[in-house]
Amino acid sequence: MTVPPIERRPCAGRYTDLVDSIGNTPLIELKRLSPKPGVRIWAKLESMNPTGSIKDRVAKALIENAEEKGLISPGQTILEPTSGNTGISLAMICARKGYPLKVVMPDNVTPERTQLLKMYGAEIVYSPGDQGSNGAVAMALEMAAADASYYMPYQYGNEANPRAHYEGTAVEILEELDGNVAAFVAGLGTGGTLMGVARRFKEELGDSVMIVAAEPMQGEPVQGLRSLDDGFIPPIIDISLLDRKIFVTNRDAVVWTRRLLDEEGLFAGVSSGAIARVAVRIGSEMDEGNVVFIVCDDGWKYLSSGLYTLPVDEVENLESTVWW
Amino acid sequence: MATIRIPPVLRPSVGGEREVEADGATVGDVLSNLVAAHPATRDQLFGEDGDLNRYVNVYLNDEDVRVLDGLATAVSGADALVILPAMAGGARPSLRG
Repeated sequence: MTVPPIERRPCAGRYTDLVDSIGNTPLIELKRLSPKPGVRIWAKLESMNPTGSIKDRVAKALIENAEEKGLISPGQTILEPTSGNTGISLAMICARKGYPLKVVMPDNVTPERTQLLKMYGAEIVYSPGDQGSNGAVAMALEMAAADASYYMPYQYGNEANPRAHYEGTAVEILEELDGNVAAFVAGLGTGGTLMGVARRFKEELGDSVMIVAAEPMQGEPVQGLRSLDDGFIPPIIDISLLDRKIFVTNRDAVVWTRRLLDEEGLFAGVSSGAIARVAVRIGSEMDEGNVVFIVCDDGWKYLSSGLYTLPVDEVENLESTVWW
Repeated sequence: MATIRIPPVLRPSVGGEREVEADGATVGDVLSNLVAAHPATRDQLFGEDGDLNRYVNVYLNDEDVRVLDGLATAVSGADALVILPAMAGGARPSLRG
């Protein structure tokens, strides 16, 4: 007797390199967090990318854009200030493509981040922890200016960053939901996700879609500025593309990260909890529609904080930690 | 009277207070009254053109007023204005130890 063929394609694709498998992440409906019937909350699981975060898309775009424009040569050293997901993504992609990577980061990062960078072969240059990301950016800019052999992608000001989302993230959402998106919520960090998706959604859907930024409200210990002019706004951000911009406290971000886990089984990083909080609030203001939010990364890098198992008020350094 | 939450960097300009109160029907009115009471805040909050300093974010409760009606955003007595410095997300110092 002949065995009938198994026909279950598409099965998430077949790729000849790990870098090519970046993107095409699933949309998961979170029924328990929906605020009312008719409002559907969808989580786009960017944590399913190869190194576990949405930054895989950005890092791939930064490097491939540089290659297409002839800005980097085979074997050239890539230099970038980042202690977070971008560094980890760049480390994997640079290792696959044969570019040495130097990451400049503050010296007070979690062991998980250091390990992940080293695992993928990145060289780490430490900047003073008390100067935060501004210090890492300043040091990297100095290094790049002093040595022309480096190429610095600079995710905060590189148009390849939002373009990765314009061409990738946004299109995937539109395809999966047949263009029926009432609201899109993402975290405001470099601005790449929001700017790229906002441009594409506004082109395709006009004003019928609401673009909402969730931003971290940094705890007071982190706001160590001498003056308000010491602030920083990434060059790629165009605030006119946003319809709402809402801050989320560290406490609320952690509470909602736990809610994602406890109520939906979703093991996500802290920015995802913050974004979910805003997404559900936006959903509660509508009568019906699809609200899509980004799950930026998974929770492995935050395990040492205890936030998934401790009561939130027992999480150490809740206000002094920059979680996202 | 609306409550204004003052970030650490501005507190020396308001006598060290974490919160101050000021009257006004709009965000612009409330901030103008804040400046009138505490002139040292003027140059940090506003540029020479009278617009908000681009590195200052002002929130009506938790929403950035630049994405609402800016300085014309209506304020009620139950509202809080939160002033925060613009700080980028992404690469950051993280947990200690």
